[in-house]
Amino acid sequence: MRLVEFLASHRAEFASLLGQHLFLVAISTLAAVAVGVPLGILAARRPRLGAPLVWIVNAAQTIPSLAMFGFLLPLPFIGGLGARLAITVLIVYALLPIVRTTIAGITSVDPALVEAGTALGMTPRQLLRRVQLPLALPSIVGGIRVAAVIGVGTATIAAAVGAGGLGEYIFRGLSMVDPTVILAGAIPAALLALTLDGGLMLAERGVRAAMTSGWRPGRAATAAVLSVVVAAGLWAVLAGRSGPPTIRVGSKNFTEQILLGEILAQTLESRASVRVERRLNLGGTFICDQALRSGDIDLYVEYTGTAHTAIFRSPVETNPAQVLEKVRANYAGGGLSVFEPLGFENTFAILVRGDDARRLKLRTIADAAAPAAGWQAGFGYEFLQRADGYPGLAKAYNLQFRAPPRAMDLSLIYRVFADRQVDLIAGDAMSGLIDAYVLVMLEDDRRYFPPYDAVVVARTPALLAHPATEAAIKSLSGRIAVADMRRMNHAVDAGRRDPVEVAREFLAGLQ
Amino acid sequence: MLRGIDLAVEQGETLALVGRSGAGKSTILKAINRLLTPDRGEIVVRDRAVTAWDPFALRRSIGYVLQDVGLFPHMTVRDNVAVVPALLGWEPSRTATRVETMLQLVGLPAKDFAQRRPHELSGGQRQRVGVARALAGDPPILLMDEPFGALDPVTRSELHREFRRIQSEVRKTIVIVTHDMAEAMSLATRIGVLADGVLVALAPPAEVAASEDERVRAMLEPLLEATAALRGSRAQ
Repeated sequence: MRLVEFLASHRAEFASLLGQHLFLVAISTLAAVAVGVPLGILAARRPRLGAPLVWIVNAAQTIPSLAMFGFLLPLPFIGGLGARLAITVLIVYALLPIVRTTIAGITSVDPALVEAGTALGMTPRQLLRRVQLPLALPSIVGGIRVAAVIGVGTATIAAAVGAGGLGEYIFRGLSMVDPTVILAGAIPAALLALTLDGGLMLAERGVRAAMTSGWRPGRAATAAVLSVVVAAGLWAVLAGRSGPPTIRVGSKNFTEQILLGEILAQTLESRASVRVERRLNLGGTFICDQALRSGDIDLYVEYTGTAHTAIFRSPVETNPAQVLEKVRANYAGGGLSVFEPLGFENTFAILVRGDDARRLKLRTIADAAAPAAGWQAGFGYEFLQRADGYPGLAKAYNLQFRAPPRAMDLSLIYRVFADRQVDLIAGDAMSGLIDAYVLVMLEDDRRYFPPYDAVVVARTPALLAHPATEAAIKSLSGRIAVADMRRMNHAVDAGRRDPVEVAREFLAGLQ
Repeated sequence: MLRGIDLAVEQGETLALVGRSGAGKSTILKAINRLLTPDRGEIVVRDRAVTAWDPFALRRSIGYVLQDVGLFPHMTVRDNVAVVPALLGWEPSRTATRVETMLQLVGLPAKDFAQRRPHELSGGQRQRVGVARALAGDPPILLMDEPFGALDPVTRSELHREFRRIQSEVRKTIVIVTHDMAEAMSLATRIGVLADGVLVALAPPAEVAASEDERVRAMLEPLLEATAALRGSRAQ
């Protein structure tokens, strides 16, 4: 029921996300047909060429989609945040089923029919158009259906690179730990997949009927290719258009970051009177950093310790002022400006359940070293890898768990924790879920974690182009206290409030 | 596989090539329309070596009826018969008339059969469509590879009668391949007997029937046995 209410209250947004999703899938599937069918035909007719081709397409398919997004992000033209990158990735995934079914469809045509066609005087091209392609059509359409269904699924991940689509709700729901919002993305996506599948099945019947009454597949293929080319051209024009001065605000994909993104965006809108484009909910530190450097976003909030150790790979440092200084110098080399800290620090929080803490009298991380031998830990991917993450923590506190820590997505970690599947996690200190799930944050008594002051990082050229933005951002320096941030996180995570409203109320209180 | 085949087919005659499976009969047909190219030797069609022909033009001027018919399952009977006229670039109206004439010729009136699909036809009907398709481009030459092999004996002899009627109407130069000497006797004006890639006899049916050659006798054997059995049962 909450799902219905949610969709009803987000009607306009839902329609636009659904439209984006459909656009991504339709364009990428059409382009994959335009590329994949000719490739499949070529491969079927020249097996020596076809084998390595299928191998390449196969290999591309095995790359996890998020990895492919990360890999392609820095590339010119196809890279960069937004629909273009998403469409490129979706095309790669759609190619395999289409190429394979085209090859299978053509090679499985009865050799007697091929001989018959040849004996009647068909050239290879005529044979292809009049006999092989029509007979392979059901197989090819089957491949297109599979590609479209895969595309609907993969396109949900496109939200991680700011391409929009129903994945927005899934990622938002994951970061808010709100199943309703997840379902608001997942259920329509599933229905969309079924609808597309059914629609294409009907289209196949229509095409078959039309084909037997003298329809020319060659002409239709040309039309399809042309329409894709036109659409792609249109897209390039749209993507390259220049509008009024626009500042693009990014954020990572957890509640605090989305709130900070909103706060920045609303501040810029009201104080700098620029148009703001929100590219919130991007999939992690790496994607945000790449997006900033490639100019796909103009600013976002980073944490000094994260920038220091994860982005610049410097050895762990504990003095907050020194860390800020070094990070600022490093960013300056890339044409990026670091503002004064916003006022709160969001360190990693080593968390245990409240009842465990009471029972075992746990207060510091050092206290947890003994019971840890019987525990299972759960950490995010970043935490497991980072210099300031698990490896150093284990050494500093001599932590040894029952089994190697489970690696999982940050957005799922609290949920798994509450279900008692893991006993100790690394979350973020500001998370509203700490209160919501009655968790206890163990004190970092050996000062292992570096400082994580929240700072705005912005592209210097963008600041120079719009001087008012600099003043607007400066107005937030030192104004967001630990208590403020925690309260806002809690309002969204536990109170299920809309981040846009929470940010607006906070800014109203600042005046 | 084939050795020393020296064979001239006269215009308007029906030559049957008879031999066991693997004797090389189909290979000769495929060499004539250049589906296969001989390693050595020369094949001349209408006063020109096949290698000097454009292969597609050559094949369009030679009707071909295949062993397993090979009708295109995604096309109607009409479209199947219209394949060669379409390849030859005929006007649609000319093609339409031709298709109707051909279907009439093989005893499948267009109004009843033109819109059907191959899978809606019986084996005999499919074979008739195969003949109509082969003749549609009005080729001077017709090659038939075991055209009646898959049919039951009654349908087969019915089609034999049809074949003789059609041949009397269209007067094509026909080479028909079969392993059935009875079929060859009933259809051909001349019979060539193939054994192990060698042409062991080439003569009108009556002469072949009287041949003393062992390899020819072997092909005649089933026919003689059937005749003997028939006589025996009549005598009782």
